[in-house]
Amino acid sequence: MKTIKAVLPKAIAIFLIFTFVCGIFYTALVTGIAQLIFPDQANGSIIEVDGKKYGCELLGQQYTDDAHLWGRIMNLDVSTYKDAEGKTLLYASPSNLSPASKEYEKLVAERVEKLRASNPAMEDSAVPVDLVTCSGSGLDPAISPAAARYQAPRIAEARGISEQEVLEIIDQCTTGRFLGLFGEETVHVLKVNLMLDGIL
Amino acid sequence: MTAQKKNAFVNKKIFGRAVKDSFLKLSPRTQAKNPVMLLVYLSAILTTGLWMTSLFGIQDAPAGYTLAIAVILWFTTLFANFAEAIAEGRGKAQADALRASKKDVEAHKIPSTGQKDSVTNVPSASLKKGDLVIVKAGEQIPSDGEVIEGAASVDESAITGESAPVIRESGGDRSAVTGGTTVLSDWIIIRVVSEAGESFLDKMIAMVEGASRKKTPNEIALQIFLIALSIIFILVTVSLYPFSVFSAKQAGIDNPTSVTTLVALLVCLAPTTIGALLSAIGIAGMSRLNQANVLAMSGRAIEAAGDVDVLLLDKTGTITLGNRQADAFLPVGGVSEKDLADAAQLSSLSDETPEGRSIVILAKEKFGIRERRLSDAKMEFIPFTAKTRMSGVNFGGNEIRKGAADAVRDYVIQKGGTYPGECDALVRTIASQGGTPLVVAKNHQVLGVVHLKDIIKKGVKEKFSALRKMGIKTIMITGDNPMTAAAIAAEAGVDDFLAEATPEGKLQMIRDYQKKGHLVAMTGDGTNDAPALAQADVAVAMNSGTQAAKEAGNMVDLDSSPTKLIDIVRIGKQLLMTRGSLTTFSIANDVAKYFAIIPAMFVGLYPGLSSLNIMGLHSPMSAVLSAIIYNALIIIALIPLALKGVKYREYPAGKLLSRNLLVYGLGGLVTPFLCIKGIDLLLVWFGLV
Amino acid sequence: MSNVIQYILYLAILVVLAIPLGAYIKKVMEGEKTFLSPILTPCENAVYKIMRVKKDEEMGWKKYCASVLIFSGSGLVFLFLLQLLQGVLPGNPQGLSGVKWDLSFNTAASFITNTNWQAYSGESTLSYLSQALGLTVQNFVSAATGIAVLFALIRGFQKVKSKGLGSFWVDLTRITIHVLLPLNLVIAVALAGGGVIQNLSPGQTVPLLEPVAVNAEGEILDHAEIDLASQTVTVDGVKVEGAEIVTEQFVPMGPAASQVAIKQTGTNGGGYMGVNSAHPMENPNAFTNLLEMISLLLIPAALCFTFGSCIKNKKQGVAIFMAMFLCLAAALAIVAVNEQAATLQLAQEGSVNLSMIDQAGGNMEGKETRFGIASSATWAAFTTAASNGSVNSMHDSYTPLGGMIPMLLMQLGEVIFGGVGCGLYGMLAFAILTVFIAGLMVGRTPEFLGKKIEPYEMKWAVLVCLATPIAILLGSGIAAAVPEVADSLNNSGAHGFSELLYAYTSAGGNNGSAFAGFNANTVFLNLSLGIVMLFARFLPIAGTLAIAGSLVGKKKVAATSGTLSTTNAMFVFLLILIVLLVGALSFFPALALGPIAEFFSSIA
Repeated sequence: MKTIKAVLPKAIAIFLIFTFVCGIFYTALVTGIAQLIFPDQANGSIIEVDGKKYGCELLGQQYTDDAHLWGRIMNLDVSTYKDAEGKTLLYASPSNLSPASKEYEKLVAERVEKLRASNPAMEDSAVPVDLVTCSGSGLDPAISPAAARYQAPRIAEARGISEQEVLEIIDQCTTGRFLGLFGEETVHVLKVNLMLDGIL
Repeated sequence: MTAQKKNAFVNKKIFGRAVKDSFLKLSPRTQAKNPVMLLVYLSAILTTGLWMTSLFGIQDAPAGYTLAIAVILWFTTLFANFAEAIAEGRGKAQADALRASKKDVEAHKIPSTGQKDSVTNVPSASLKKGDLVIVKAGEQIPSDGEVIEGAASVDESAITGESAPVIRESGGDRSAVTGGTTVLSDWIIIRVVSEAGESFLDKMIAMVEGASRKKTPNEIALQIFLIALSIIFILVTVSLYPFSVFSAKQAGIDNPTSVTTLVALLVCLAPTTIGALLSAIGIAGMSRLNQANVLAMSGRAIEAAGDVDVLLLDKTGTITLGNRQADAFLPVGGVSEKDLADAAQLSSLSDETPEGRSIVILAKEKFGIRERRLSDAKMEFIPFTAKTRMSGVNFGGNEIRKGAADAVRDYVIQKGGTYPGECDALVRTIASQGGTPLVVAKNHQVLGVVHLKDIIKKGVKEKFSALRKMGIKTIMITGDNPMTAAAIAAEAGVDDFLAEATPEGKLQMIRDYQKKGHLVAMTGDGTNDAPALAQADVAVAMNSGTQAAKEAGNMVDLDSSPTKLIDIVRIGKQLLMTRGSLTTFSIANDVAKYFAIIPAMFVGLYPGLSSLNIMGLHSPMSAVLSAIIYNALIIIALIPLALKGVKYREYPAGKLLSRNLLVYGLGGLVTPFLCIKGIDLLLVWFGLV
Repeated sequence: MSNVIQYILYLAILVVLAIPLGAYIKKVMEGEKTFLSPILTPCENAVYKIMRVKKDEEMGWKKYCASVLIFSGSGLVFLFLLQLLQGVLPGNPQGLSGVKWDLSFNTAASFITNTNWQAYSGESTLSYLSQALGLTVQNFVSAATGIAVLFALIRGFQKVKSKGLGSFWVDLTRITIHVLLPLNLVIAVALAGGGVIQNLSPGQTVPLLEPVAVNAEGEILDHAEIDLASQTVTVDGVKVEGAEIVTEQFVPMGPAASQVAIKQTGTNGGGYMGVNSAHPMENPNAFTNLLEMISLLLIPAALCFTFGSCIKNKKQGVAIFMAMFLCLAAALAIVAVNEQAATLQLAQEGSVNLSMIDQAGGNMEGKETRFGIASSATWAAFTTAASNGSVNSMHDSYTPLGGMIPMLLMQLGEVIFGGVGCGLYGMLAFAILTVFIAGLMVGRTPEFLGKKIEPYEMKWAVLVCLATPIAILLGSGIAAAVPEVADSLNNSGAHGFSELLYAYTSAGGNNGSAFAGFNANTVFLNLSLGIVMLFARFLPIAGTLAIAGSLVGKKKVAATSGTLSTTNAMFVFLLILIVLLVGALSFFPALALGPIAEFFSSIA
């Protein structure tokens, strides 16, 4: 009891000091520096063309149009966010499904079937795994080059342009590994689609 | 029970008593002392209860199966009891023998040393500390005491097992007598130092019997570890029940797990092997020490012996054979070797010291000079005194003297003779070789030098080098001068020495080593050793020593053998090693038991888990039974090892560890796989499952 | 091949950075000068002055322990109230309401214990004020507390026959000011530069390229024809009444980078976002991923080297490091191989392309394209080895064995690097168990670093080592018996059980990662998991300090060739063995019902 009486005031005082130093001072300092040096990145990398927003570079969207490049499977969330007027906002979450269950096997089989039906040009070639799986965030903005190229004939046909043109756009929207070593090569789906649509 | 047949050292009587004791130890109070085995005990009761309810139709598992598990668990408990009982058996037998010698005798109490004749006869049990008693030839010494007058030969075989009588006399370092021993000749007056019930013999009986056995710190620490493991395994098995219910519900089937099987799993996982053998190991360690004729005052002292890394060894008796012996006659100035030998022999005739005897023997061996009858000639013997540092004889008008070089030199020069440089050189050479030069002079003429040499015991060098590898430093304690000591130390291969040792010097040395973090062991006998003995971590007092020394030490060596220290260290290490090795074995066993039981439990729930049944056991039931039968039998199988201790080798720690790990770790991993499979095959063979 | 290079580089970078940081921490904690002292020491002294803390105070273990407990307790109360009241407090541009009491308790317990289990979803539950003033602060001080306790133990080994373990306040202040603040300032700014958001604006919206139709029940309508002009939705030619057309996407905002930095370096792991570092705004690319992933193990690894130099036995530090490192490398290898191989269910007899040509291949369920298998598997191993718990992929969607390893790493007691400070003191408790067994086998009563291990140390060491298994088994055992828990599962069968086991494992290991499909936001789960976290954090802290208090009063025993070496390969091997054995023996049955059963079913 004596120890508690001796320690408690000190504990609370030190706690308050660190609450100020780590909570307010540190957060403010980082925000200040970031806003000063990296305003674009620190504010969410929103894609704007001529003052009009065209999506967020970091967040994936769902595409089902044959003329668009499709991304990862999305587990859409339309129940969490509303805007000020009460209109539903789209978000997404991961599936958290086990990839070893019978249910999952069925689910993937359906996805494969759907992709094969939409991409008749690819015939029976194996479907790149990115296209039949949900991502970790549910909001993955990218797919692998293999997954993008798989869709090129379909997009070309839907748009009446050559496959080559589609592949070129895909190449332009491909980012390599960091330092050539870390992470994976990715194709930014939204950018490809904005380029296909002639916006970017 | 093939295990017992192998144990030739356990006789029939001890065996019979142990079997009886195994059942007596089933009392809850005894069981409660060993938490791990208590768990088995309670499990046995629980499964027995389950079996009984199953007879009334409330079935947890098939009644026969539950009964089989219950029976095996009871046997497991009995086996553990048996292990302890058999370890105690030897001690009990020894204690019985000791008790027989501890009969109540009549003591002849006297008021003071001056009134030897005013004897009052009282029963020995009524003696108080400080009472004086007189003991005559043929009588038993009534109590522990200190001889304050007289000298006698005493038969101490009752406690040491050594039949040769020993001399006990007042003053000096051989003054302690033990109650229960018998005076063979002469008489002594002793002052009683312990009261009835606290005597050395009482303590000894209590120690060997294990009655006063307290758990040692290390044993307690190990037990904490074992209890912790048991608690975890209780949680593992208890949580497994809801896990199983939960999973079964998910799969939409009935819960496949029975309480009986969970109890079996629990007992298999709990460290029962080491739990059952732990106290047997401790008792057996003590018992081994007793067999080496060392009596430890506490179990703690034995463990400390395992940790000792500095041994203070008395030179005489441990490193060298007895005392110095004459090795050569080295004449000077044209004197013949024979003349020198003759003179030396003459001067040594009355010299009863081992050195003196050895000169006579050497003269006889070399030149056939016979021993002359002391009464023959008119010989006047000059005894050695600390002042003259010479001894000798006046014989036929000649004065023959032998002694330390400088003393003889002074003597010769005083007599008008000269001290030859040749002699000086010889003296120095001998001293530098670690020998002791004795200069012999006849009247004013120096005849030559006798080379007295310490004879190093056979094999000590190898022993010390083995000890060094184990990280144990040996330090020679000697009264010799530093030069002599250094030479002997080098020859014997000890790590360090303390020359011109005094009790204070010893005490200081022990403190210095302890300050550097070492644990020091020493032997001592004299009263002046008491401070050093009290300071040392392991202090072995010679039984022949003084009461003060015995009280200061934490062990008593009944043989009074100076080399005993090394045996004590060995026994201490062996005790700890046995504990560690069997713990490792016990825990390593769990892996195989898991592979036997887990697939058996859940194969109904997840058929895929049958892949884990790597032993290919016949059925879930046979798998569980085989595992717990193994669990019971392994206790019996390891009793001999627990009693004898694991094999002790003088290896460095790293090598010891990898060896023991290989044998008991890897062995513990593999053995149960083979045995459980074997038991399973037998069960199937006999159609029991 | 390139994957193997990535794995090796990740491990190599970690070691290369940990060594100098270890040396720096040693200097700081022993009050020596560093290159930052000219700026930071005045700040440190200012704190002492304001608080009237005596710099050279020597606390006994009980006072040290009381200080830790009371300090953490204050944090618990503060954080609990802050969340409850966030609705009426400023710094809440999203207008979020107060957090429910059970969730508040869970989150407060989670953050003061350095667990950072997220029963909440950051962007939709907590205001900026709660994130910065509550979570970020606890991220700092809970980490500093762990390191402080470690140093109390180090002093137990360092000092001979004394009483004091140093001052908790001084330790806490030094770590925060000299180590955590400067390190995180650098990392946070670098993360912001890499694209992690750091602002104070409210959440934003951006238009969708393809609108989405939702029916009146809030279900997504697939194959819907959307006419934006008339705002009508038709499916298979039939107009859907009451359907809503979603045209905008939510873009979360806020001060993320500052919190992400400390959640990584402090082995906290509580993400700014619900999906943690898998979220592209929390971890947008391979650069930020590298930075976050290395920083999550950096301090725990560095502390091994700090420990070695503090006790003037660098080899000992290296030995402990090697034991941890080998386990980590082995765990990483198993996860990597399993994830790259994926499952039969995903492979669809070859219809799905799992190759590594132009894609990461393997089990991409729950993994981000930009991280692929290598960076995800490495993170999974790192984050569960360290008791960090942040994730960049969803562990729930790992292959059975790939997901078992992270679980096992936590079940080992979070000692494979573990949390900052606590991982190492946990490992040292295991080292005490190891020397106990091994010491006996060489015929000596056990000693560690010259200090004899006696019943008192043994008693606390087993509690430190077994607190995690006890908490996990007890917690999950009770939970499995509560009927409503089954409703929280996202998967069925053995994997469903794995989700439950993982939740308690994560809480008991003070890790914080999850099989995130499991809905942990129920009153029972919030409370029970909170209690498990508190138990598994503070029992070992008390135990460690008790051991330190006992060791500090002991003399040092000299080392000879008869002494068990605790720096050689044999000891490293034994230490690993004991850690694995205790973990495996405690959890084999449970794992058999979860991932192991799932594995065998999946290959059947």
